[in-house]
Amino acid sequence: MLFGRYVCACIAAIALYGARPFGFSYAQPAQTLAMSIAVGVLRTAHSKETISILEIPPDNDLLAGAELGLEDNKTTGKFINQEFTLKDRKLAEGEDAAEAVRNFASDGIHLIIADLPAAQLLAAADAGKATNTLLFNASAPDDRLREEDCRANVFHTAPTRSMLADGLAEYLIWKQWRRWFLVFGSHSEDALFADAIRRSAKKFGAKIVAERLYQDTGGGRRSDSGSVQTQRQMPVLTQNVPAYDVLVAADENDVFAGYLPYRTWDPRPVAGSGGLKPVSWDATHEQWGAAQLQNRFYRLFKRSMNARDNQAWMAMRVIGEAATRTHSNDPAKLHEFLVGPDFSFAAFKGQRLTLRSWNLQVRQPILLGDGRSIVSVSPQEGFLHQTSELDTLGYDKPETKCVLR
Amino acid sequence: MRAALADGEDNPLMRRRLAQRRVSKHRNGIFWYILRDAPSALLRTMVVAGLVLVMQATTSTPALAYMAYVTNEKGNSISVIDLDKLEVVKTAKVGQRPRGIVLNKEGTQIFICAGDDDTINIVDAKTLQIIGDLPSGPDPELLILSPDGKLVYLSNENDNLVTMVDIDTRKVVGEIPVGVEPEGMALSPDGKILVNTSETTNMAHLIDPQKKEIIANILVGARPRFAQFTPDGSELWVSAEVGGTISVIDPAKHEVKQKIEFAIPGLPKEAIQPIGIRISRDGKTAFVALGPANRVAVIDTATKQVTKYLLVGQRVWQLAFTPDEKYLLSTNGVSNDVSVIDVAGLKVVKSIPVGSFPWGVAVSPR
Repeated sequence: MLFGRYVCACIAAIALYGARPFGFSYAQPAQTLAMSIAVGVLRTAHSKETISILEIPPDNDLLAGAELGLEDNKTTGKFINQEFTLKDRKLAEGEDAAEAVRNFASDGIHLIIADLPAAQLLAAADAGKATNTLLFNASAPDDRLREEDCRANVFHTAPTRSMLADGLAEYLIWKQWRRWFLVFGSHSEDALFADAIRRSAKKFGAKIVAERLYQDTGGGRRSDSGSVQTQRQMPVLTQNVPAYDVLVAADENDVFAGYLPYRTWDPRPVAGSGGLKPVSWDATHEQWGAAQLQNRFYRLFKRSMNARDNQAWMAMRVIGEAATRTHSNDPAKLHEFLVGPDFSFAAFKGQRLTLRSWNLQVRQPILLGDGRSIVSVSPQEGFLHQTSELDTLGYDKPETKCVLR
Repeated sequence: MRAALADGEDNPLMRRRLAQRRVSKHRNGIFWYILRDAPSALLRTMVVAGLVLVMQATTSTPALAYMAYVTNEKGNSISVIDLDKLEVVKTAKVGQRPRGIVLNKEGTQIFICAGDDDTINIVDAKTLQIIGDLPSGPDPELLILSPDGKLVYLSNENDNLVTMVDIDTRKVVGEIPVGVEPEGMALSPDGKILVNTSETTNMAHLIDPQKKEIIANILVGARPRFAQFTPDGSELWVSAEVGGTISVIDPAKHEVKQKIEFAIPGLPKEAIQPIGIRISRDGKTAFVALGPANRVAVIDTATKQVTKYLLVGQRVWQLAFTPDEKYLLSTNGVSNDVSVIDVAGLKVVKSIPVGSFPWGVAVSPR
């Protein structure tokens, strides 16, 4: 934090110097010296190969959400003499996340909103331990980051795969669609999401009547003749299956799931990575004042807010809440407040969001949307829990493998 | 004279005329049917004579009934409730997304925040026609009157501002930057402290309305929605929708002196979301609308203890007393009705169906 003090001293000197010609007393600018809360955004690129052109990640994907959160924090900060700043760092392919954390630290930045794959996030977290850095995972859905590989300096605003799958499962059970046909892709993330779906089926009493793998052999997404091929491929993929109520797809790389609706052999609804998707946020969400946040976002960036944007916005608001309530920019103090009993924040989800103290995951409702509107929001009515109904989503405290270190 | 409007330019005059036409058509439909289309001249005469008699009878007796005006956020209308009959007697079209509503001191004019029209509709309380607009800045949400009734203070949700508008001149006379998503507005009984709550900044901003400056910013619970002074001005109550609490603020010391929490058996804590607050004139009893908990909490202001939870309609937001404090009305946004609470008996005596997404409510003696 030495560097932080040095910067503060500089600002003080400038403020004093600047004040002189206007005849203010010296005490005045010293009093108004703002506390600086510096936040870094550490990002990696996401594939622009998507099935729908509406979902191509924009260049400021995730960053825009952090920037809106920064605006919100700044407005609050000006009333209590806190100054929020943001520094963006986008890693190129093969660049070291740990090194980036150390560089941030040497710039006085010890709060980082991360958009990193699991392995890189863990490397960043371990580097952050030495630099007294807190990370806020705003994109990686991996359960292991909250379970066996959890870290004491990593908070998670992104929901886990198990939370997403459970959110979807509760609704499918509520609909009495209990017979599922699971189709999963050939990427490692798809296997993880398929595992989460299997776990949800078991947890809530659904039956997976058939499973099928869709091998990614490359080929033309959004290509000129794509629709002709797709129209023939998808029925073949889904024919000769025992009777089922709903097809649940696990396809995190957007290879095939988006093609399933209206193209299955049997006329059945599609959910999961295509059709009805469980998400933390969607451009169509407007309940509970969310329209306000959507409007603010659109006004600034002239595009809709996606789930990663929202997860970064939440991370920035979590940092803002902690800094505002504790009047501090010390990561240790912020950490103490966030894991304490008094922390909660508002995120336009119809109820206060809190933290699972055992693995630092933000509890949150899961939206179920088809891209045109929000169909439902889980937890569903009737799924009860002794502490918070939000804990019916994902791994719960009694089953956690997390030991925070 | 107004210059000719370019194509697509907003024309408040035209909008008002259209609104008037809609209102009059709606209100006079049956009457005109009888006058023009009733089968025989004799019948027509009889009906008209009868109507005249009825109208005389109703107008010759003094109008004792209080009228409640309810904004229907998604119905783009106001419902008028006769509080003797406890039923809706009229519905009138107003601007888009009407939320905050207040009457002038005389009860002759209604001011309505039409958020999506970025304006405040001035509605004649008798004819229910829009007779003018006040400039409001973008997305006005809640508004209150100055003690002398000359100014309107309002919150601009999209623009992080509190705006002051002179009603006579229809001009903006002040703008004060506040936190993100300003909503709740209150004025101390002596008129010296204006309060605004900002939903995302989580603060109550105390403002000097004369100097148009912020005096203090007080952190409260998450998503503060509403502010209300006790009648003696010694306490300022601020509700936090997401925080689930009421912060009781000492307005002289600028600090939260107590937080009131709620607990309802069988309901998760997250479902308890306090919003509208009303305190009885004697200062002894406070009523707090609890949103999706579908209840109004009754609080003893001396002990700050909840003495009762009254079950009302779904997603209850705003509250208003009748001037005699016989009834308290609550707007229930999801069940599209207004609950009538008997204040002395502390029980809900009726639900009155209104328009789509009832939001705000104001009562006048008419």
